[in-house]
Amino acid sequence: MANDRRAQLLSGNEACVRGALAAGVRFFAGYPITPSTEIAEGLAAALPKVGGTFIQMEDEIASMGAVIGASVAGAKAMTATSGPGFSLKQENIGFAAMAEVPCVIVDVQRYGPSTGLPTSPAQGDIMQARWGTHGDHPVIALMPSSVRETFDLTVEAFNLAEELRTPVILLLDEIVGHMRERVELPPDEEVHVVNRTKPVEGPETFQPYKPGPNLVPPMPAFGDGYHFHVTGLAHDESGFPTGRGQDADRLVRRLHAKIENRQPELARAEEWQLEDAQIVVVAAGSVARSARAAVREARERGIKAGLLRPITAWPFPEKAVREAARRAAPMIVAELNLGQIVREVERVSCGETKIVPLNRLDAELITPAEILERIQEVAAHVG
Amino acid sequence: MTTIEVRLSGFGGQGLITAGIILAEAAILDGKNAVQSQSYGPEARGGASKAEVIISDGDIDYPKVGEADVFLAMSQAACDKYAKALRPSGILIVDTDHVKNVPAFSGKTYSVPITQIAVRETGREIVANIVALGVLVGLTGLVSREALETAVLDRVPPKTKDLNKQALAAGFAAAEEILGKEGE
Repeated sequence: MANDRRAQLLSGNEACVRGALAAGVRFFAGYPITPSTEIAEGLAAALPKVGGTFIQMEDEIASMGAVIGASVAGAKAMTATSGPGFSLKQENIGFAAMAEVPCVIVDVQRYGPSTGLPTSPAQGDIMQARWGTHGDHPVIALMPSSVRETFDLTVEAFNLAEELRTPVILLLDEIVGHMRERVELPPDEEVHVVNRTKPVEGPETFQPYKPGPNLVPPMPAFGDGYHFHVTGLAHDESGFPTGRGQDADRLVRRLHAKIENRQPELARAEEWQLEDAQIVVVAAGSVARSARAAVREARERGIKAGLLRPITAWPFPEKAVREAARRAAPMIVAELNLGQIVREVERVSCGETKIVPLNRLDAELITPAEILERIQEVAAHVG
Repeated sequence: MTTIEVRLSGFGGQGLITAGIILAEAAILDGKNAVQSQSYGPEARGGASKAEVIISDGDIDYPKVGEADVFLAMSQAACDKYAKALRPSGILIVDTDHVKNVPAFSGKTYSVPITQIAVRETGREIVANIVALGVLVGLTGLVSREALETAVLDRVPPKTKDLNKQALAAGFAAAEEILGKEGE
């Protein structure tokens, strides 16, 4: 490891700030909450220096509303919160999905339900990220497990939000958010940044919700000279509500299709030591770090274990999980909750293999030793 | 591959999380890999506070410390809680101003009046964390002294650089004195 000053010690939350800035964020509205507060602090310091705006709002509901407004006005916009605030933001997240407003919502998960244990880790919001707002809506949620990956996935969250005109959720957990590690960040010019597509045609004939070739309508900013209506009511291509079921059907199916069409490249998992694995550990976020250590240790003891790490919680990496299940290797699903990822693993694997949940609920990270022990138990049956 | 695990624990407000960050930054300056994590209560001051640092030549997966190689205890409660979570051959450093009952331990124990040294040498109790870092690195050589000094000066407010430099020197001196006596 080179001793140069590009290497630095950063927390996940700090890396999220750097990633947002590299992606071009110009607006943050939020209400501080542990363990996400460093993201608000970092952007409060940084945004004014790049001509951006930081607002500490009166609450989480208003901050989500402000983020939507800023995005419609043309700014790359985000907020950051934790479980209790994430609950409050849900209604407006649904609005952003329906009105196709690009934005990034960071949820640094802490122990719940309710105010729970404010400074302790959990992964209890995986299903809330998927189904927290009502109605049928598509969701993208990314789940980094290291500081560097937090930087990269923050950039990607903005890119996907802008390209697909959709809210994107970045699901950290307290450990990834607060942990500091040695990291080297790329210079800004090496960061791939996507901006939303603006309309080519003039304001006279412009239909604000007429989809482009990727099913995403081009998006002008308020102030660009285009007049358009933004609503959470089901609307047609004019942007105005019609009250007709068939228009709503067309709209909601398109909202899903624009993301499902991208599913093959979007739904991602890291597959590590899986080729010959007889036991697969499924783990995401901070828990994947323990899982990797456990797999390493198991291999040293002659047990062929592997790691399947969902990088996108949503869309769930169905293909990777299905293929692993078809190889009939038992799967240990380790998570800091009472079983959320495991439901998806069970659904996708259709009973083709044995699934062993490993859950911890005492506000501590699952240790490599606990996972190794479970691997050894399962191996005894496989052997 | 060598990996060293360090735990720093005491009260909230003693600056131990800052000390953990500085130690990890010094390791990076030395060209090593480092991970720092922490746990603390919801209180700003007075509650239990713990910082953990892992320094390694290789990858660091699990970011928490199980059995520590080095443990700095700056409160009795922290010492009682974590002295058991030391490797048998590990190093225990206690601040005798806060830890009165030092547990029997198979490894090496150093009892140092860290807070008193801070007050005596700098007039400021607030830099006890930096004195502690000087003592810890002086005794263990976990990171180079140069890297530690650079890391301290990078992290502290500009107006306090001299104060912190003094505190660090006092910590190094205390460690030298202890090692000198051992050598006699």
